[in-house]
Amino acid sequence: MQPTSPTQPEIGILSSREASIVEVGKAGGGIACDKHSAAGSVSQRACVFCGSRVVLYPISDALHLVHGPIGCAAYTWDIRGSLSSGPQIHRNSFSTDLQEMDVIYGGEKKLYHALIELIDLYKPNAAFIYSTCIVGIIGDDVSAICKRVAREKNIPVLPVNSEGFKGTKKDGYRAACEAVYKLVGSGPTDGISPHSINILGDFNLAGETWIIRNYYERIGVQVVSCITGDARVDDIRRAHGAKLNLVQCSGSMAHLAKKMEEDYKIPVKRVSYFGIEDMSAALYETAKFFSDDPTIMERAQALVRDEVNTIWPQLREYRAKLQGKKAAIYVGGAFKAFSLVRALKMLGMETAVVGSQTGGAEDYKQLQDMCDPGTVIVDDSNPLELAKFCLEKDVDLFIGGVKERPIAYKMGIGFCDHNHERKEPLAGFVGMLNFAREVYSSCMSPVWQFAPRRAAKLKGAKA
Amino acid sequence: MKVISATDSELDEPQYKHCTATRNACKLCTPLGACLVFRGIEGTIPFLHGSQGCSTYIRRYLISHFREPIDIAASNFSEESAVFGGASNFKAGVRNVIQQYQPKMVAVATTCLSETIGEDMDRLFHDYLKESWFEGHPYLVKVSTPSYTGTHIDGFHAAVRAVVAALALPGDRTRRINLFPGMVSAADLRYLKEIAEDFGLPYTLLPDYSESMDGETWSEYEKLQSGGTPLEAIHASGCSQASVEFGRTLDGFPSAGKFLQERFNIPNHSLGLPIGLRETDAFFEVLEAAAGQPTPDKYSKERGRLVDSLIDGHKYVFEKRAIVYGDEDLVVGISAFLAEMGVIPVLCASGGKSKRLAASLRAAIPMLDERTKICDGIDFAQIAEMADTLKPDLLIGNSKGYSLARKLNIPIIRVGFPIHDRIGGHRILHLGYRGAQSLYDTLVNALMEAKQTASPIGYSYL
Repeated sequence: MQPTSPTQPEIGILSSREASIVEVGKAGGGIACDKHSAAGSVSQRACVFCGSRVVLYPISDALHLVHGPIGCAAYTWDIRGSLSSGPQIHRNSFSTDLQEMDVIYGGEKKLYHALIELIDLYKPNAAFIYSTCIVGIIGDDVSAICKRVAREKNIPVLPVNSEGFKGTKKDGYRAACEAVYKLVGSGPTDGISPHSINILGDFNLAGETWIIRNYYERIGVQVVSCITGDARVDDIRRAHGAKLNLVQCSGSMAHLAKKMEEDYKIPVKRVSYFGIEDMSAALYETAKFFSDDPTIMERAQALVRDEVNTIWPQLREYRAKLQGKKAAIYVGGAFKAFSLVRALKMLGMETAVVGSQTGGAEDYKQLQDMCDPGTVIVDDSNPLELAKFCLEKDVDLFIGGVKERPIAYKMGIGFCDHNHERKEPLAGFVGMLNFAREVYSSCMSPVWQFAPRRAAKLKGAKA
Repeated sequence: MKVISATDSELDEPQYKHCTATRNACKLCTPLGACLVFRGIEGTIPFLHGSQGCSTYIRRYLISHFREPIDIAASNFSEESAVFGGASNFKAGVRNVIQQYQPKMVAVATTCLSETIGEDMDRLFHDYLKESWFEGHPYLVKVSTPSYTGTHIDGFHAAVRAVVAALALPGDRTRRINLFPGMVSAADLRYLKEIAEDFGLPYTLLPDYSESMDGETWSEYEKLQSGGTPLEAIHASGCSQASVEFGRTLDGFPSAGKFLQERFNIPNHSLGLPIGLRETDAFFEVLEAAAGQPTPDKYSKERGRLVDSLIDGHKYVFEKRAIVYGDEDLVVGISAFLAEMGVIPVLCASGGKSKRLAASLRAAIPMLDERTKICDGIDFAQIAEMADTLKPDLLIGNSKGYSLARKLNIPIIRVGFPIHDRIGGHRILHLGYRGAQSLYDTLVNALMEAKQTASPIGYSYL
């Protein structure tokens, strides 16, 4: 069979979406972001509930009960790669599974009984109750039930105000921070070192928190709590004893860090653990903060040197193969996008398209400064737009999540999963090597030559 | 949840702990089924009237099974829409989706949110069309799928009915047959088409996501993947000689086949999913009558080979104990086939609650006895609790039973939906003699492998 020649599809951009797309180097103002998604656009975003659920999910000794009809709980059952070194309660999916009669007469009784039974059965150290869309509408007083159960069972029972329609995923992060903040400050702070941190916004996907935690411990910095990677309720309770909060991931934990700064005067640093540059910077920043002990910086420098030396030879081989390839990035938070742009550069690759679901104006400005002219930058994109940009820029690789994967594959484009469901650790120095291997094993696979779009191009080049 | 012993209708003592909450659901929400149906229709984009998360979650869940793109639009409710109604979001949303996708049909499913605030969908449609209709406007259909009633299977069947009710046209009776297969795999759909073609019967297969959700890599960008039941074929379903509808638990459900029977007087053959010998025989009998010709040789031979292999393998499977779980009608079909080969379905379990599971199993399996427990409205935590006493040799169902199989250290045979931990879940063939053959080989080999692995000797000759 002869492959047909590729044609440039006509993919229109909705006028209501135009302001959320810019091309680096072209005239125009800032990018429109932080908006509700346009009706009818197939946004890659989820909802408020999703934002709360992803952030709190890794607290593994807590009960996570979704109050609503079954879907919200079913779709979030054990889908993430967040690992726990101990309890596994978080890997269950608990739902009040509201039925028509509950919707009519209210779900409070069901919620109460469900909670009491689940707490007796699973003996969690705290419980989070997620409100879904209809809970607010049917008027259940979730807070009152939570208070009552907390009293009866003597554990914190925390409502999460995560009704799906009440904003964007970012509002869900905020609701999660509000809920988890109720735990902070309720535990003892004895035994906490003057050189101590909280790791905020890492979720221990494929064990990433363990990698990072190990680095900090090796340079002589104590990790009081990780919120929420491999988190335990008791660790979060004493998080206010740490001397510094290191916040990864643009949106998810910023609100918590801010509250802890206000109430406990804990300074905040924004870090990223993806890529050699950002990982090193995170360690150096921390060492600088604890400059009263210069050995921390010495150890940090030694650690970076050792780790980079270990991965460098292999990275160089990947780089030689990947030089000049083009990538598109579409991720949840913009801060991750910064790291990815830098990590790709280290692999000799160019970022031709970059966007995020929840980036803010500042983030996009920074992306514009980082990227080469011609790079498309987009907020809250959708499958059609992403396909259009990938085709126009003829990228070799797409970095995104499960929803973006088939779009890339159908067009004959390689793919790297950098979302919550990933099973390969991509953080830290070892993570950079894994990332490079992921990118390499997709970009260099022999299968693309058979994808019709590529096959036609190869045929054209020969002719 | 009810536990019934297969031989009497009295309740047994439950062997699971009572629990108000659903723990690790063995079901999904209603709109998911509707969205899949809609993407199995030519040029159709599913549109959820509700929050954005519903669309995103359902897309992600379907993508992880089919490994294909599936675009589902949503009216993306805000707080304002929840208070004052979603009319403006709905109208803007439909306009936007038509502008971007140029679909042939926009198929709207409701969600728990829009149903709870009491959206009047008829009125929304009416107002929208009054303002925005244009020459050549795509079809608009709607189905009510509040996720607080039923499961994804109810949403699936309701969507099929809604589409037929909106699009089927009356006319002179033809030789055509309507096939309403239920929520089966892409491979099943392809096989059904092959069978109908081999019988020389024109057909309307609704839905048909065999190409749209199992397509080729694109040479050109496809906004909505090609394939799907042609709209013409749905129009023509009102003139068919008969409908064939799979799913014994559909008895009592307002299905598409029943609609056509009532509206256009088209005879409706309500059959079990054709899994295994007897249920497939029943399907081929109906086809023979409709086509006025005997079963083509190809299928008689498939049946013959299946029987031959059941004999070859019978000792490996006899009185092995299986837990079967998943969608009710799939559980009925698989259990029927297990009983035919000599495996005891010790637990037939579903999160669905049609109230017809036990009766359907008894009807499909004449030899069913007290060794089989039947549970509807069950979840995976309860299945796991029952497994402690049931001592199964294998599990048969979707991927979500994997952790239990791992805990029990027994094989899991993956069937149905979702298959999230293997590639090609949508290419698993369940139906007909060929599907039974493939299931049988997989099942026997899994048991042989388990035995071989557990053996200290390591025979390479079994």
